[in-house]
Amino acid sequence: MDQRQDAPQIDAVTGQSTTGHEWDGIQELNTPLPRWWLGIFYATIVWSVGYWIVYPAWPLLTDATKGVIGYASRADISADMAQLKAQRAVQAAGMADATPEQIKADPALFQIAMAQGKAAFGDNCAACHGVGGAGAKGYPNLNDDDWLWGGSLEAIGQTIRHGIRATGNDETRVSQMPAFGRDGMLKRDEINAVANHVRELAGLSTEPKANLALGRKLFADNCAACHGDAGKGNKDMGAPNLTDAISLYGMDMASLTETIANSRNGVMPAWGGRLDETTIKALTVYVHSLGGGQ
Amino acid sequence: MTSIEHKPARRSLWAKHKIFETNSIVLVIGVLLVISVGGLVEIAPLFYLKNTIETVQGMRPYTPLELAGRGIYVREGCYNCHSQMIRPLRDEVERYGHYSLAAESMYDKPFQWGSKRTGPDLARVGGKYSDEWQRAHLAEPRAVVPQSIMPGYPFLAKTELALGDIANELKANRLGGVPYSDEMIAQAETDLKAQATPDHPGQSDLEKRYPKAQSRDFDGDPQRITEADALIAYLQALGTMVDFKLYDDKANIR
Repeated sequence: MDQRQDAPQIDAVTGQSTTGHEWDGIQELNTPLPRWWLGIFYATIVWSVGYWIVYPAWPLLTDATKGVIGYASRADISADMAQLKAQRAVQAAGMADATPEQIKADPALFQIAMAQGKAAFGDNCAACHGVGGAGAKGYPNLNDDDWLWGGSLEAIGQTIRHGIRATGNDETRVSQMPAFGRDGMLKRDEINAVANHVRELAGLSTEPKANLALGRKLFADNCAACHGDAGKGNKDMGAPNLTDAISLYGMDMASLTETIANSRNGVMPAWGGRLDETTIKALTVYVHSLGGGQ
Repeated sequence: MTSIEHKPARRSLWAKHKIFETNSIVLVIGVLLVISVGGLVEIAPLFYLKNTIETVQGMRPYTPLELAGRGIYVREGCYNCHSQMIRPLRDEVERYGHYSLAAESMYDKPFQWGSKRTGPDLARVGGKYSDEWQRAHLAEPRAVVPQSIMPGYPFLAKTELALGDIANELKANRLGGVPYSDEMIAQAETDLKAQATPDHPGQSDLEKRYPKAQSRDFDGDPQRITEADALIAYLQALGTMVDFKLYDDKANIR
C-alpha cells in the first residue's frame, strides 16, 4: 500500500532514498537514472534543435521550414540520376547519337550496350522471355534464328519500342489470326484436316485417318494468305513459319487444334516511353546478339 | 522499519516528476499530451499544407472493375509481399521507373505502400506484362518465372466476381474522400460489366467517366467476369495514370 510521506526515507544498506512505497515489508528504492544515460538523453535534445535548423522540419502555415542546407530527397534523386546519366554518357560517348548498327560495329560501344542491355533485359524482359532469353510456350525464344516479326536490328528495335498488339500504342505490330473454330469458320473435322496438313508441312507424322487433301485445300483457302502457300510464314504479318522445328505454341495435335480453333494472338507490351531511348538501343543490340540476329 | 531515517525533501523543479510517478491519472494525461504533440506536428499539417499532394495530370478514381480488383488484391494479402511505392533512390528508379508520387495513391483507401518486398514493387506494373502473362502467372507463377516463390492463385480465374456490392463500395470510397459522382455510383455495375466485356456498348460512357480506362477481356474467358478479370484490370492500371510528360519534377522538390 501507498505510504506517502513528506520527507524521503533513506535505506541504510544502499544509502539510497526510498519512494516511500512499501508492500509486504519491501520498500522501493528511488535510484536515479545513471549519469551517462541522462547525459545522452540531454544530448539528443540538443541534437534535435540542431536538426531543426539544418534539415526541413517544422510545418508552418503554407509550407514547412526548408533547413539551412536545403536538403530534399527528390532533389537528391534528380542529382543522382543526372550524375548517372553523365557517367554513362562518358562511358558510352556517342551511344545516344549512334544507330544500333553503328553500336554493333564499334567494339567499345558494343561492349557497353551489351552490359546495359543485359541488365535491362533482366529487369524488364526476363519475366516472359526467360533469364537467358530462351522463352517459354507462348513467349518466343530469342536465342534461335526464327523471328516472327523480323530479326534485323531495325525490326527488333521496332518491336521493343511499340510492342505487339500493345494497348494504346498506335504503331504497335498488329495482326490477328481468326479463331476458325470459335467463330464458326471451320468445322471440327475441317480443323483436324488443317492441323494434320500443318504437321505434314513441318515434316511430322500425320494421323492415319487424316483427310490430307481436304487439309491442303482448306490451308490454301484460309491460311496461305498469311502463312504462304508452303507455310513458310510472313514476317510482315508476324505469321510464323510452320515448316521448321520451332513453334511458339506447340506442334502436337492438341496444341494445333487449340491454335486453329481459338487462335492465339500473343501480346508484347510497348517499351517506348517506359524505357529511355539509349536503353532501348542497348536492348536491341543485346537481343540481336543473343543468337539469331539477322 | 528500523533502517529508515528521515532527510529533508528537495524542492527544485526537477523533483516534481514525483507528481507523475505517484499519480496514474496525471501520468496518463501527461503521456497523451506528449503524444498529441507528435500528431499535431507530424500529421495534422499534411491535411492543410498545399505541397502534400503534387499537382498532376491524369489521376482518376479507379473504375468499378479496378476497384473490385483492388479489393481482391487486399483480400489475398498481396501487400504482404509486394509494396506499391518506388522510393526516390537510384537503384529503384532504374529498376521500376519514376519514383512514386503522393498523388498516385490519393484515391487508395488505404494506400498499399509497404516496406517489405518479398516480391517486386508493383507501383508501375501496369502495362509491363501482357494479360496472358498475368493470367498464367497468377494461376501458377513458376509457369513463367521458374525461380518464383509466389503462391499460385488458380481459383481467381474460376471464381465469378461478386457484383452485388460494387455501388456500395464506390459509396464507401466517396465517404473516404474519393470523388465518385452520383452518376458513377448509379452506373457502377454497368461500368464494371462494360470494362470486362469485349465490344460492350457501355464502353464509351465508361471512358467518359474514367478517362483512359482499358476495356477488354482480361482473363481469357469472354463469357464470364471472374475475379481474375478484376485483379488483372487493377494490375494493368497501376502506375499508368499520371502523365509524366506533363509532370514538373522541379516544381515538386521537397
